[in-house]
Amino acid sequence: MFSLLQQAASTAAETDTHAAPANAEAAAAAAAGQGADAAHAVEAAGAAAHAGEAAQSAGMPQLDVSTFGNQIFWLLVTLAVLYWVLSKVALPRIGAIISDRQGAITGDLMQAEEFKKKAKDAEAAYGKALADARTEAGKIIAAQKAEIQTELNTAIDKADAEISARAGESEKRIAAIRDSATADARSVAREVTAELVRAFGGKADEAAIDAAVDARLKGAA
Amino acid sequence: MATEADTGLAFHPMEQFVVKPLFGDGPIYWYTPTNATLWMGLTLLAIIALLVFGTRGRAIIPSRVQSIAEMLYGMVHKMVEDVTGKDGLKYFPFVMTLFCFILFANYLGLLPKSFSTTSQIAVTGVLALMVFVGVTVLGFVKNGTHFLGLFWVNSAPLALRPVLAVIELISYFVRPVSHSIRLAGNVMAGHAVIKVFAAFAAIAWIAPLAVLGIVGVYALEVMVCIIQAYVFTILTCVYLKDALHPSH
Amino acid sequence: MEQMGQYLGAGLACIGMAGAAIGVGNVAGNYLSGALRNPSAAASQTATLFIGMAFAEALGIFSFLVALLLLFAV
Repeated sequence: MFSLLQQAASTAAETDTHAAPANAEAAAAAAAGQGADAAHAVEAAGAAAHAGEAAQSAGMPQLDVSTFGNQIFWLLVTLAVLYWVLSKVALPRIGAIISDRQGAITGDLMQAEEFKKKAKDAEAAYGKALADARTEAGKIIAAQKAEIQTELNTAIDKADAEISARAGESEKRIAAIRDSATADARSVAREVTAELVRAFGGKADEAAIDAAVDARLKGAA
Repeated sequence: MATEADTGLAFHPMEQFVVKPLFGDGPIYWYTPTNATLWMGLTLLAIIALLVFGTRGRAIIPSRVQSIAEMLYGMVHKMVEDVTGKDGLKYFPFVMTLFCFILFANYLGLLPKSFSTTSQIAVTGVLALMVFVGVTVLGFVKNGTHFLGLFWVNSAPLALRPVLAVIELISYFVRPVSHSIRLAGNVMAGHAVIKVFAAFAAIAWIAPLAVLGIVGVYALEVMVCIIQAYVFTILTCVYLKDALHPSH
Repeated sequence: MEQMGQYLGAGLACIGMAGAAIGVGNVAGNYLSGALRNPSAAASQTATLFIGMAFAEALGIFSFLVALLLLFAV
């Protein structure tokens, strides 16, 4: 493992040393091409040398100071553009969309609330109608009941009257029968008495017989 | 081991972080278009594609892309509002810029052969320094000398206060360091570990393990990307809150 | 010999990452146990969780950075 890492490190160092001269050469060529601008040439050569040094010494590219200026510059450009785009275009738009939706949702909710209220009203009306119908029905039932009751009462009265009439008639008839029965019994008794008196050779005094029979019957009765 | 090294097993875990000029390989001046420039530009384009072109429809019922854009907006907006309060919303575009840039740079850096700009200490250092300087200036502008109350803990016993002040001062100035190194270190570590596993994949008998390792680390990196962007932004919000309301 | 020192130092620096791992695990575990006790309060504390994890993790990253510096930059 150890040797392996060493190998890796050495190969990395090799590639770096290869790269560094190439950089220096390129910088020199650039400087030669521009010629007149001596200051620039010096600067370029310095930068190249610096880059070579950094690449050689630092295995960590993050610590290569020569690239910092470049990265920072482009980062600031990117952030500036991004900030501008976000704050001017994207964020207001998304905020507007979200608040629009919020508005639509609250509007819909209010509408729903209204519908709910309407439904409640309808329900109340329905309940009222139902209650009315109930009382109406109760009234009708009561009326009907009363009517039936009166009818029933008249019928009962009628029946009662009839019954009592019939009872009276029967009583009368019974009394008549009883009267006729007593009359029959008297006439039979008188006749029997008269016959008995005659059979004994007496003379039948009708008035005396009547009185005797009546007295007997009264006593018997 | 030595024979394997001869067969071409070579570790170059840091090579992916080298800043190279895009055209030719001359020296790098401050204006030279480099791979860093390219990937920052791609980051910018990706963000614009999502947040500007994705919301072109302005639909009440969002399309998929638009709802992602709205989710990002809502997440950062809520974070700023929760942590710094209503008066921090003025700085929401700045926080959103940071969050989007870091998030997209992290994810673009995960593409094979790409260059992750957020692994460069120069980049994250500038981001953290922007936050640090901005927050410090803002604190003094908003609160004057009252901002120094941040270092003078009134709730502590009087004897302890100078000691605490020193500690607070140190921790205040370490903020940009940890803020930048955390992001760069996380991204760099993930990429370097993937590269190390990739180098091991050259050995036949260990290759399946190495490939599994790459998959695992990559999955971890996918998570780390968003977590680090989130952490960077939420720490920005916390520092912003300290500047706006320095009472401890 | 010098290289050996570098590698040894890099390896020793990596021990620091174990500390960061313990720290991050502690933060997440305590958050989870707290969240299980009071799930309604959990959502409001995710930001704090991430901040805590980031602080704990930063130290591990520092040690990783020290290892990298020893390997490549010294």
